[in-house]
Amino acid sequence: MEILAYLIPVALFLGLVGLAAFLWCLKSGQFDDLDGAAARILLDDEVREDEKPS
Amino acid sequence: MNAVEPATKASQPLDAGGADCCDAGALASFTTAQSGPTPVDENTIAISDPSTFVSQTPDGLARLNLFVENLHCAACIGKIEGRLANVPGVVSARVNMSTRRLVITWRDGEADAGDLMRKVHALGYPVTPFDPAELAGAENREDKRLLSAMAVAGFAAANVMLLSVSVWSGHAGDMGEGTRTLFHWISALIALPAVAYAGQPFFKSALGALRGGGLNMDVPISLAVLLAAGMSVFQTAEGAEHAYFDASVSLLFFLLIGRYLDHRARARARSAATHLLALQARAATVVDDSGAQHAVRIHDIDEGMMVLVAAGERVPVDGTVIDGRSDIDTQLLSGETLPKLAAPGEKVFAGTLNLTAPLRVRTTVRADATLLSEIVKLMEMAEQGRARYVRLADRVARIYAPVVHILAAATFAGWIFFTDAGWQASLMAAIAVLIITCPCALGLAVPAVQVVASSRLLRAGVLVKAADALERLSGIDTVVFDKTGTLTLGHPELVGGEFTDAQKAMAAALARHSRHPLSRALAQTVPADGEALVADVHEEPGCGLEGVIDGKRIRLGSRAWCGGDASAVPSGTEICLAVDGAPVATFRFEDALRADSRDVIAALRKQGMRIELLSGDTEHAVARAAEELGIDTWQAQCLPAGKTARLEELAQDGRRVLMVGDGLNDAPSLVAAHVSMSPASAADVSQTAADLLFQGAALGPVLTAIRVARASTRLVKQNFALAFIYNTIAVPLAISGLATPLVAAVAMSSSSIVVTLNALRLRWTN
Repeated sequence: MEILAYLIPVALFLGLVGLAAFLWCLKSGQFDDLDGAAARILLDDEVREDEKPS
Repeated sequence: MNAVEPATKASQPLDAGGADCCDAGALASFTTAQSGPTPVDENTIAISDPSTFVSQTPDGLARLNLFVENLHCAACIGKIEGRLANVPGVVSARVNMSTRRLVITWRDGEADAGDLMRKVHALGYPVTPFDPAELAGAENREDKRLLSAMAVAGFAAANVMLLSVSVWSGHAGDMGEGTRTLFHWISALIALPAVAYAGQPFFKSALGALRGGGLNMDVPISLAVLLAAGMSVFQTAEGAEHAYFDASVSLLFFLLIGRYLDHRARARARSAATHLLALQARAATVVDDSGAQHAVRIHDIDEGMMVLVAAGERVPVDGTVIDGRSDIDTQLLSGETLPKLAAPGEKVFAGTLNLTAPLRVRTTVRADATLLSEIVKLMEMAEQGRARYVRLADRVARIYAPVVHILAAATFAGWIFFTDAGWQASLMAAIAVLIITCPCALGLAVPAVQVVASSRLLRAGVLVKAADALERLSGIDTVVFDKTGTLTLGHPELVGGEFTDAQKAMAAALARHSRHPLSRALAQTVPADGEALVADVHEEPGCGLEGVIDGKRIRLGSRAWCGGDASAVPSGTEICLAVDGAPVATFRFEDALRADSRDVIAALRKQGMRIELLSGDTEHAVARAAEELGIDTWQAQCLPAGKTARLEELAQDGRRVLMVGDGLNDAPSLVAAHVSMSPASAADVSQTAADLLFQGAALGPVLTAIRVARASTRLVKQNFALAFIYNTIAVPLAISGLATPLVAAVAMSSSSIVVTLNALRLRWTN
């Protein structure tokens, strides 16, 4: 059962990476406009070239 | 109700099907129904100076926040952002579809704020500047706080559960005591920080309640979570068999889901209200003594200031006309369909629309006798008189919380006194009772149903503004309607007269140059292409329009102005067409009923509702509408106070009234009624006062809303029943000490899943 000494930290680490990724998304405003995000996928690329991200 | 459904579908707001949806004239935003998203000539748009709303970003750019109307789909975002990106000087333009806001930043001096607004408006999206500081920014932070708490609790719940499952299977197998205790310690390592972080929303609210000397649901929740975690640490240190770390974190996780859904529903309702309030706070153009013009925010305007109101603008504050003659559309204020003439010396009221010519107005804001302040006073009185409605969930919680505490205390006492189990085992049993009875299912039961119901209604064109509106709506037995703008469309339509098609085309070509409701109604009846060119158009406020077509001088307006016999009594609303001074044709107009009014009223009556009609319009007009719709009880020429008085009478008879109205004169009665609805074309104040808003030209959404409200209240009650059944099974187990962590986990998750699935059923009910 020595394998547990590796597997439990590995499992926890992966979980923490996921949690950190979610919290980062939240902080960077990716959850601010869910309706808009759903609609933006339908936009053509040429619009996005002109758009200058802030 | 098949007759009603197609019309409702035509006004679906969130049908993101592509560019087509924006061209449907039937679509209307929740703030102004009249202006469809048809492109307008950029130079003709009157926009009040937005300079007071322009702010500076830290890196030296100018920034403007705008509310955008008529926003529906991806094509709208693309059009607006694409158009602004091509303007030199603009650094970024970002539309937020969820909040219907647009943020533009540009290098100061290289672009003009008013010019940018005009460009967006020209695409068919009217914009209003606002100050983000005036809107509650706290709600968004709270939203993120709950989401991150939920994420942490979710992470902890998943990982602790992973370890717990191994321990549970270890009970059946051959897991050694050392391994088990190690797993418990690892669980503690994950669970304790998670509880400390994710439990804060509950701890704070519980502390607040205790300080105020009361109890709320968060008190037993906090107790259960903290005691379970604390006791588990103690057990682990003793090397005992059971630890409740998984129960305490998954409890938090489930409750946070419910809390987040509930918060989002409330925030949405609140943002609808703040949006409307911000729309009222437009800037006004003030002329100072030297004749210079400044943009001033409405609440900074003092009595006696000189305000300039351009044609097409709403009058910002009450005042007296000093200079200029124009037609004023007072429909939202008084319910009258036709505009009134405003000449120097006459009073104009905030919220009315200036149609034809610019006016200079001396303000009388502080005067107490203004119409608006009178209506606000009536609204406040109605608010005080309204018995505060207690939500079903709160009524349940009020009984539930003390019962839970008593049960847990009794369990502890019973174990201490009647068994020889010692205080640890007794406390564990009491904690088990707290965990089991914890209102996971209850906490999810209401928010889940509410979220599903609101989104289903939004698809049908109904916006739920008040958090408890659906619950109140489900109990109504009386419906009171306003006439103008509610049962009718609120604008006149051509119904007859004496004219040939050629005369109608000529009149329409001239009418297209005016904002007057009758002109608009006439212009709509003829397609715009291939029309005769009109030269030298001139509008005479209070009289009509004049222009030259093919060298002939034609006039469109009142009979007297067109050279007709002024003493002839017109049969209803009409205008004349005169060619070279001689009247040749007349057009008659009526404020048409919404197409499905009759069906909706018949359907309501079939459900056993009592229907009444209260209108500020003339007796003749109301009597005819009532007869046409089959309404027996009606009152004409009602003042705002008369309407609230009637509603109070009904309430004293024990009736629960749904008030449907749109005018400013309906606002007090919208507050006084048990629950209220407004069309999206209603006055700002009425939209703020109403609990629900519906859009589109049909009245059908009223029926849909009642149906969904009833279905959702039924589901909430079912969910409470399910939670209760689960408790009657699980609580005896907990009291008798048989509720191991495994039993608690299974019971808790299964009951939460059952109530959520039950709530989702609402998606498929008709």
